[in-house]
Amino acid sequence: MAELWTNYLWPLLLIVIESMAMLLILMTAIAYILYADRKIWAAVQIRRGPNVVGPWGLLQSFADMLKFALKEPIIPDGANKGIFILAPIVTCVLALSAWAVVPVADGWVVADINVGILYIFAISSLSVYGIIMAGWASNSKYAFLSSLRSAAQMVSYEVSIGFVIITVLLCVGSLNLSAIVKAQDTQWGLLGWYWLPLFPMFIIFFVSALAETNRPPFDLVEAESELVAGFMVEYGSTPYVLFMLGEYVAITTMCAMTTILFLGGWLSPIPYPPFTWVPGVIWFSLKVLLVFFMFALVKAFVPRYRYDQLMRLGWKVFLPISLLMVVVVAGVLQYSGLAAK
Amino acid sequence: MIPALFFYLFAGVCVASALMVVASRNPVHSVLFLILAFVNAAGLFILMGAEFLAMILVVVYVGAVAVLFLFVVMMLDVDFVQLRHGAMQYLPVGTLIGLVLLVELLLVTGAWVIGPGVQKTVALPIPTGVSNAQALGLVLYTRYVYFFQAAGLVLLVSMIGAIVLTLRHKPGVRRQVISDQLARRKEAIIELRNVRPGQGL
Repeated sequence: MAELWTNYLWPLLLIVIESMAMLLILMTAIAYILYADRKIWAAVQIRRGPNVVGPWGLLQSFADMLKFALKEPIIPDGANKGIFILAPIVTCVLALSAWAVVPVADGWVVADINVGILYIFAISSLSVYGIIMAGWASNSKYAFLSSLRSAAQMVSYEVSIGFVIITVLLCVGSLNLSAIVKAQDTQWGLLGWYWLPLFPMFIIFFVSALAETNRPPFDLVEAESELVAGFMVEYGSTPYVLFMLGEYVAITTMCAMTTILFLGGWLSPIPYPPFTWVPGVIWFSLKVLLVFFMFALVKAFVPRYRYDQLMRLGWKVFLPISLLMVVVVAGVLQYSGLAAK
Repeated sequence: MIPALFFYLFAGVCVASALMVVASRNPVHSVLFLILAFVNAAGLFILMGAEFLAMILVVVYVGAVAVLFLFVVMMLDVDFVQLRHGAMQYLPVGTLIGLVLLVELLLVTGAWVIGPGVQKTVALPIPTGVSNAQALGLVLYTRYVYFFQAAGLVLLVSMIGAIVLTLRHKPGVRRQVISDQLARRKEAIIELRNVRPGQGL
């Protein structure tokens, strides 16, 4: 019995506690990231943004959440009921499950698996299903068109994201996310992180992350001027909240990925005291917020792409550049003797 | 005990969803069940310790191939009930093939014995002490590089074949040339005129 406890039940309990803590913190963070998104957008347009609920509008996200949860969920008559309900759940669960492998500080990770980066890549490639299922099950033209657009867009940009990840992996020599961060731990601090040596890939990854999460300027999925609101046009109340939550969790995941791959994860930018005394989780959060700030600014500044321009950028610009960079990086590593053993 | 539990969970769901792929009435449901089967197969890979293969299965088959399946099935307007109408006449042939497969599988798992000397004759020793992504890379790009490249070439040829079969050059289609657009200068296309009131240009 004691063996059962030490071998199975205690680790299980530990994992459950860790996951719950992670989800709780993540959810709270998402509420404020949503608020920040709206505030930054408002500031760029010289508006005030949400400022009514709570001091400076700080409780706005919670009020919205409550409002959606109290509404009546409506399932359209012609909809395919099972899939209609399944779609938001799939979106939300997949987005949240990516956080199982994200290391927020040295050793602070729920599951430190060998193929962490592939896991996140796989999870983010699965997230297209939530959208396709929603679009098809709604039995509506707008929703269906939008989900077709979205699927093509996500599959296209996954290719360049994959190649960017490969260049980073070539430099690191491991698929483990913690190992990727540790490989960037040099005496040069923030100049040794991969954003500088792999600079073009950093830009490509950032733009592809915008496209992969359907953020503006690539939000053709929910282009309100032509497709009403895209694949979620038939959704309301709690299912809609799940989509919204899934979307923002996916955005945060992409910010965390950018942080881990290019901005040195939990490492301090200047690798000497007193900067190294700051806990890693604080550096990690600051970097994620910095990347999100850039996401939010792009949303405020850049007009929406046309669909053919989007496809051209993905297939004719990013794919050749990233493919070439894989070859160049591999060649440099091989012939300069810097390759990971 | 726990791995066995998960094995039966994954295997059970995998077989059940494979059955539902064939049995379900709605083709979109079929594809979704197929995806469920893929994901559970990935779970089985993880139980075997082949986490790299599992992730690649999810990325390639579920993330890309099945999306295209779903695309096609959603867009085709096929009356599957009608298509299925005469399906029962194929039952004897299907059963026969299934039986042959079952017998073969039973022979492989039941009667097949690996000879005692075979372990020594394996061309490459199974690498120890490295993660299985690394182990795959060590043999895939050294010993099996020609096979690997040949497989890639086969895929390339099939891709080019598909493009050649479907590509049609329509005359008279107006296309946007991005480089021409970017090369446009303000001076060449905008002319400023001073328009007097009531006179026009």
